[in-house]
Amino acid sequence: MRLACPFCGLRDEGEFAYEGPVMDWPALDARPAKWVDAVYLRDQPRGETRELWRHHLGCGSLLEVVRNNVTHEVASVGHADPAETRALKVRVR
Amino acid sequence: MQPYSALSVIWNGLTGQRDWSRQWRDREPKSAYDVIVVGGGGHGLATAYYLAKNHGIRRVAVLERGLIGQGNAGRNTTIVRSNYMLPGNREFYEHTLKLWEGLSHDLNYNLMFSQRGHMALHFDPAGRDAFARRYNTLRMTGSDGRWLRRDEVRARAPYLNWSPDARFPIEGAFVQERAGTARHDALVWGLARAADARGVQIVQNCEVTGFIREAGEIVGVETSRGEIRAPKVALCVAGSTGPLAARAGLKKLPLETHKLQAFVTEPLKPIVHTVVSSAQEGLFYLSQSDKGGLVFGGEIDGHPSYAQRGGPRIYSEVMEKAVALMPWISRVRILRQWAGVMDMSMDGAPFISTTRVPGLYFNAGWNYGGFKATPASGWCYAHTIAKDEPHELNAAFSLDRFARGAMLDEEASGPTPRLH
Ligand SMILES: Cc1cc2nc3c(=O)[nH]c(=O)nc-3n(C[C@H](O)[C@H](O)[C@H](O)COP(=O)(O)OP(=O)(O)OC[C@H]3O[C@@H](n4cnc5c(N)ncnc54)[C@H](O)[C@@H]3O)c2cc1C
Ligand SMILES: [Zn+2]
Repeated sequence: MRLACPFCGLRDEGEFAYEGPVMDWPALDARPAKWVDAVYLRDQPRGETRELWRHHLGCGSLLEVVRNNVTHEVASVGHADPAETRALKVRVR
Repeated sequence: MQPYSALSVIWNGLTGQRDWSRQWRDREPKSAYDVIVVGGGGHGLATAYYLAKNHGIRRVAVLERGLIGQGNAGRNTTIVRSNYMLPGNREFYEHTLKLWEGLSHDLNYNLMFSQRGHMALHFDPAGRDAFARRYNTLRMTGSDGRWLRRDEVRARAPYLNWSPDARFPIEGAFVQERAGTARHDALVWGLARAADARGVQIVQNCEVTGFIREAGEIVGVETSRGEIRAPKVALCVAGSTGPLAARAGLKKLPLETHKLQAFVTEPLKPIVHTVVSSAQEGLFYLSQSDKGGLVFGGEIDGHPSYAQRGGPRIYSEVMEKAVALMPWISRVRILRQWAGVMDMSMDGAPFISTTRVPGLYFNAGWNYGGFKATPASGWCYAHTIAKDEPHELNAAFSLDRFARGAMLDEEASGPTPRLH
């Protein structure tokens, strides 16, 4: 599997670390039960999933990857934080 | 069931091997049972066997999507050990090792269980101290474990890299002498045969696709071969748990599904006489099968996956570790490589549990280590299903332990399944 880092280009999966699913975290003052669920329980998708990966042996960016976990086809890779994408576009230009 | 004995082997040897009967029967599904076990891996078959043997429940079906033993039961590296440290884990794994010690006789089937010892190598004082704590705990709680100095490890394993410029110079090892390996196919078939003899019906090519509910309770399953009813439905599908449990109403689970690879070399003369493991720069474990192949593996691929195949990053990592420990292995050919889909739990410990859905029971979360657990998993799960409450040996493996702050994180790596 290879991922196209928006900053570094197409790289082998060995340069990236999986950081967990893309999910909404509860508010900091939410009930403890909400936090238990967020930290310990996961949806169980089989097929296309939205995940966070870090390009830890590259630029270090946190990436949002849409990937099929049965076929390993990668539909898209972008920065997890849209502000980062905008900032990089300015710099690259 | 035709009992196996030395006499029957000799008799059939003399009479042209014509009198062996079938070991177990592949049944047509009936419309109803007392208990449906979903999944014909080691755990499902063991559960059915102990339901019949220990609890006298005879109308039990094991529904298997494909053929029994074609999941992780037939894909693992067959290491059996009980060197766990946390209360909850250690009693359970010690119980499984004790069951293994009598299982060939109990099943009247040669499981080729070989207590050849498991050596966990250490490479520095910190590694030694961490292991010393673990193995001292084992000794104080009724299991076995011992420290071997460098020269003692060398005497047992001269094939490891003892050269002064080894990448990871070995300092010593901790050994559990009662640990070892067993024959995975024999476990599956031995359990199937013994369960069948006690009236359990094994139904292959029967995929569970949904659940029948009445008044909020699960009262049966929908399958590729029609509806089958039972007041108790017990999930036992290892790496396929997530999507199936979601259909039963357990949408979110403390699980992630990853894949784990293993490798086997061409057969060699006997050289590796124990199981050897190393946690230096990531996990590596090795044993030699009775056919002579070196069987070894490393870590999971690190990202959620339902593909039963591994990626090249792990091939090279595992080969690097193998060559660092045993440089001569670089000249041995790899015959096969494969992967299995792993039910990785949020704390690295399993689940054998009742659920909040009446009629539904839950067994999963075996990570890398469910082969050794097979007998005790079936034993405890059967108890949980029959009595509607856990045995004290699996009380710690409940599904709701996270909400109570009672996680069992043996590796202390937090709620990050890829690190367990
Ligand atoms: C490469 C590798 C190495 C391993 N090494 C070790 C080791 O050295 N020691 C150790 O202790 N453990 C090891 N394990 C882990 C161990 O193999 C598993 O934890 C254990 O086999 C899981 O239990 P099982 O045998 O019941 O699973 P499985 O054999 O996977 O059984 C699950 C069954 O459920 C069936 N199923 C799935 N969905 C459905 C459905 N909808 N309807 C009907 N049936 C269904 C599947 O076809 C399958 O047969 C290893 C695993 C792998 C992959
Ligand atoms: Zn990058």
